[in-house]
Amino acid sequence: MAQVHDVAVVGGGLLGASIAWGLARLGQKVVVLDEGDAVRRASRANFALVWVQGKGAGMPPYANWSVEASRQWPGFAEALEEQTGLDVHYQRPGGFHICLNEDELAARQRVVEGMYAQGAPEGYGLEMTSREDLEKALPEIGPEVVGASYSPHDGHVNSLRTFRALHEGLRAFGADYRPDHMVDAIEPQPGGGFVLHTEQGRVEAAKVVLAAGNGNERLAPHVGLFAPMMPTRGQIIVTERVRPFLHYPLGTLRQTDEGTVMIGDSKEDVLDDGETRVPVSTVMADRARRTFPLLNRLNVVRTWSGIRVMTRDGFPVYDQSASAPGAFVACCHSGVTLASMHALDLARRIRDGGLGGALAPFSARRFADAPETLLNSDAAA
Amino acid sequence: MTPMFSHIPADQRPTLEIFVDGQSVRARRGDTVSAALLASGLDVRRDSAVSGVPRLPYCMMGVCFECLVTIDGVGNRQGCLIPVAPGMRVEIQRGKRELGK
Ligand SMILES: Cc1cc2nc3c(=O)[nH]c(=O)nc-3n(C[C@H](O)[C@H](O)[C@H](O)COP(=O)(O)OP(=O)(O)OC[C@H]3O[C@@H](n4cnc5c(N)ncnc54)[C@H](O)[C@@H]3O)c2cc1C
Ligand code: FES
Repeated sequence: MAQVHDVAVVGGGLLGASIAWGLARLGQKVVVLDEGDAVRRASRANFALVWVQGKGAGMPPYANWSVEASRQWPGFAEALEEQTGLDVHYQRPGGFHICLNEDELAARQRVVEGMYAQGAPEGYGLEMTSREDLEKALPEIGPEVVGASYSPHDGHVNSLRTFRALHEGLRAFGADYRPDHMVDAIEPQPGGGFVLHTEQGRVEAAKVVLAAGNGNERLAPHVGLFAPMMPTRGQIIVTERVRPFLHYPLGTLRQTDEGTVMIGDSKEDVLDDGETRVPVSTVMADRARRTFPLLNRLNVVRTWSGIRVMTRDGFPVYDQSASAPGAFVACCHSGVTLASMHALDLARRIRDGGLGGALAPFSARRFADAPETLLNSDAAA
Repeated sequence: MTPMFSHIPADQRPTLEIFVDGQSVRARRGDTVSAALLASGLDVRRDSAVSGVPRLPYCMMGVCFECLVTIDGVGNRQGCLIPVAPGMRVEIQRGKRELGK
């Protein structure tokens, strides 16, 4: 049947917005079905790193995908600015993971060695840095810092502005963004295509992309897909603005383009993001001031917590349905980092109708309890 | 230049000395730092942290944060909430607070 929409994207967070933007840029008629404004989204709570080091430990294709994301970010940021006039402040000076004692240093060394042992991506560049070299890059570090690991691919961005640019871009491309359209059910149609049942009636589309964050778990079985999620909570501390002093992002500390210092980024199993927890903030703040003793005097202006979109094994899931081949699912933890790949690469694959062999390792078939209905993209393409 | 603000003559409180960017200024005991700055006749405008535009104290009651000033070496203090003390060293902030100040 003829469809008004080429693709319905379920979810308007960073993943949905990136994929929809990429599809609309390729001339696809896209409708984005999202929940209302008051919903809590990981896309509004994150730490805004475009982070590569250590990603994909245990899954080499994810390490490659992350390096490629960093390589694609400059072009992605440029395309957003050209279209919307919004500078998302992407910077890639390289990033450090700081170690505060010899045990941490040894553990970090093992992570670095592990990345090479599993076959690191071409030009990976991850290395350990001595305290002496670190002092040249970060003159303000405290006496407890013993060393760090460094990756040239690491950077950061203004992620809220990126999110806004994607939505402004979507509008400029003529995509149909519909808030307050929570999807209850999706029905694959016998001749192909899908009917999506929302709070506000039916929507039809030739293809459907599930990008509903942790909500993917519930929706995936409607179209023969599988998305086992295991969300965690994270907390962030924000200080008042200070003159630029930190010219590299660290794994848990960065200075934004506007001067605030952000301290992240706890990992907790408690899933209530209605409040922040003081003991957690205390540990984070303590590490931050041991890293940079001068932070001691800064005033904290905000703290918040957010729920991470997390698959059960922590690696991204990209998949295509065998029983309803026009249905795709995408979910991952690092949606800021991977936004460039979602917009520029994944969107093209979805437009073309199959994910392709490169994304086969990301299929949810890797989970032992995956349903039979799953087929990987390479077979569907 | 006639200051826009001045102490009323009937105000008989004793004066004390503070320093504004190194310059001696007479304030009255019980003045807030912001009140003393406004009555000093000096150009006490700070530059805002992001866009760098000039700003002066506004609400004088702790809610707008327009009065940020460095007091005795500590940046981003709300001048409208802090009473002057003899010998206090006040610096007008140029843009963002400096780390360590
Ligand atoms: C504290 C914290 C720090 C982080 N730091 C970083 C970082 O430094 N770098 C990085 O790369 N990533 C980071 N992340 C992760 C990143 O924010 C997420 O990967 C990303 O935002 C996920 O985007 P999403 O669109 O999948 O999910 P979400 O932002 O949760 O969006 C999902 C959307 O789907 C909608 N939805 C759900 N169910 C339905 C339904 N049934 N119908 C319609 N719509 C639905 C929701 O309303 C929502 O809009 C961090 C996350 C947290 C919480
Ligand atoms: S003048 Fe408004 S907070 Fe000080």
